[in-house]
Amino acid sequence: MSRVLNERIESIEKIAKSIYRMTVKSEYISANARPGQFANVKCSEGINALLRRPISICDVDKDRGTFDIVFQIKGIGTEYLSQKRVGSEVDLIGPLGSPFHISEEYKRIAVVGGGIGIFPLLYLLKEMKEADKSAFLGFRSSDYVVMTEEFESASDRLSISTDDGSMGYKGIITDLLAEDIADRGFDIIYTCGPMPMIRKVKDMAQKAGIKCQVSLEQRMGCGIGACLVCACKTGKPDNWEYSHVCKDGPVFWSDEVVLDD
Amino acid sequence: MTEKNIDLSVDIAGLKLENPVIGASGTFGFGREFADYMDLNRIGGISVKGLTLEKRQGNKPPRIAETPAGILNSVGLQNPGVKAFIENEIPFLRKFSTKIIANIAGNTIEDYCSMAEQLSDADIDAIELNVSCPNVKKGCVAFGNSTAGISEITGKVKKYCKKPLIVKLTPNVTDVKEIAVAAEDAGADAISLINTILGMAIDIHRKRPILANNVGGLSGPAVKPIAVRMVYEVASVVKIPVIGMGGISSGEDAVEFMLAGASAVMVGTANFINPTACVDVVEGIKNYLKMYNHSSVYEIIGKLQLN
Repeated sequence: MSRVLNERIESIEKIAKSIYRMTVKSEYISANARPGQFANVKCSEGINALLRRPISICDVDKDRGTFDIVFQIKGIGTEYLSQKRVGSEVDLIGPLGSPFHISEEYKRIAVVGGGIGIFPLLYLLKEMKEADKSAFLGFRSSDYVVMTEEFESASDRLSISTDDGSMGYKGIITDLLAEDIADRGFDIIYTCGPMPMIRKVKDMAQKAGIKCQVSLEQRMGCGIGACLVCACKTGKPDNWEYSHVCKDGPVFWSDEVVLDD
Repeated sequence: MTEKNIDLSVDIAGLKLENPVIGASGTFGFGREFADYMDLNRIGGISVKGLTLEKRQGNKPPRIAETPAGILNSVGLQNPGVKAFIENEIPFLRKFSTKIIANIAGNTIEDYCSMAEQLSDADIDAIELNVSCPNVKKGCVAFGNSTAGISEITGKVKKYCKKPLIVKLTPNVTDVKEIAVAAEDAGADAISLINTILGMAIDIHRKRPILANNVGGLSGPAVKPIAVRMVYEVASVVKIPVIGMGGISSGEDAVEFMLAGASAVMVGTANFINPTACVDVVEGIKNYLKMYNHSSVYEIIGKLQLN
């Protein structure tokens, strides 16, 4: 169950161009959050940036009772959030949404992240302690490459691509995934990032007969399933209905969502 | 004055509320979405998500855009349909003392009449006629933006409606007073207002509207002064009770509407930001009454003195 919480900010750090990492002290979230879930964060005090911002939980330290979120400044909400001070409180609701499906049956897993979509995958990798883990991370350019050391230590092998070739493989990350699907094979692929990438991963997994979970993004209102704005199609291409990313997702099985919009 | 001496109850044309705070339609789901965060017994009523005769999928996303001190939405009445509501949602809501208001919308007058008939036999407490949704292509606001339209639909639905009938008005008209009077004359038991104000927000980088539907309804603190003015105007020309809404997020906001003439208030957009907003508004009203030694909400309803 999620709760409305006022929690203390332990640290806030700029980790790349316009990208910030915030560590928040929260016994409740650290004890209850599962990989793939998010917190809905009130970024401002007043009536500007009125809505909360859904931000996925990137890391949890159960011993210290903290969790981390990483966000990119995209508008006034995240701008306000980046200006919060260590020691002050942040108003948030969490943990929210459906988590990634984790099972001991998944012996060989791949996570495929693009841009700011990589963050929920770190906590997932850390929680899947027994599996053999391949991480594929794609970025626009080296300016935006973040947290590679943590992904490296949380996985058995890490592949990086940039669109401009300024770091790692030049091209799209799914090229690297394609090679490994053929060579290694996976029991499950988890993906989060830009829609074209998610679509491609979904197709590749389907063709290879590999289970796949996708974490989707949509403009949200309440985050708790009441306002119905964050619609996404579930079902089959010719027989779908609108479900909602905040409550039914953000994580879905790739074969239950229709990604044609 | 002790707290137990403050009477928060109101009677809206036979709809008896323990307190004057109602979760506004479209912002409070079917109540269950908020049950993790608050005790639903603590609010006067819930106006459920707008119902249609058949299940609807609603509009394409994006369905929301944040604007200064407000939001634009174009959900487009996504709902499971009136039958599913009766079967699946009423039993849950009835576990609480909060009153159930069924908000109904349709393409045709016949749709509205059929729903009013079905809901009159269901275990609900009032019907809110939504003739003001700006986000659907057919019906709805087309009935609500003229005196002739509102008169016809209110009169016809009234014949099938055995529950108190609340008519919810759109602010997207030149003179809301004449619309309200037409609804009253046609048999409305109460008026609620305002629905959202039609608006548009543009993504200048893509040179396109943010909402897939291009336009949507504006709500939140940004609309409050417009809503207060309209509630005042309507309350001064009708004799039936008025339920006020538009940007209420605190007890103080609610008191403004009540002084302007609202017998009860609906809390909408604030629920999205703060899931306990309705309860906070109840407490805020109580604190205000205490501060000024009032023993009943009726001591402030319509008690505005103009300058």
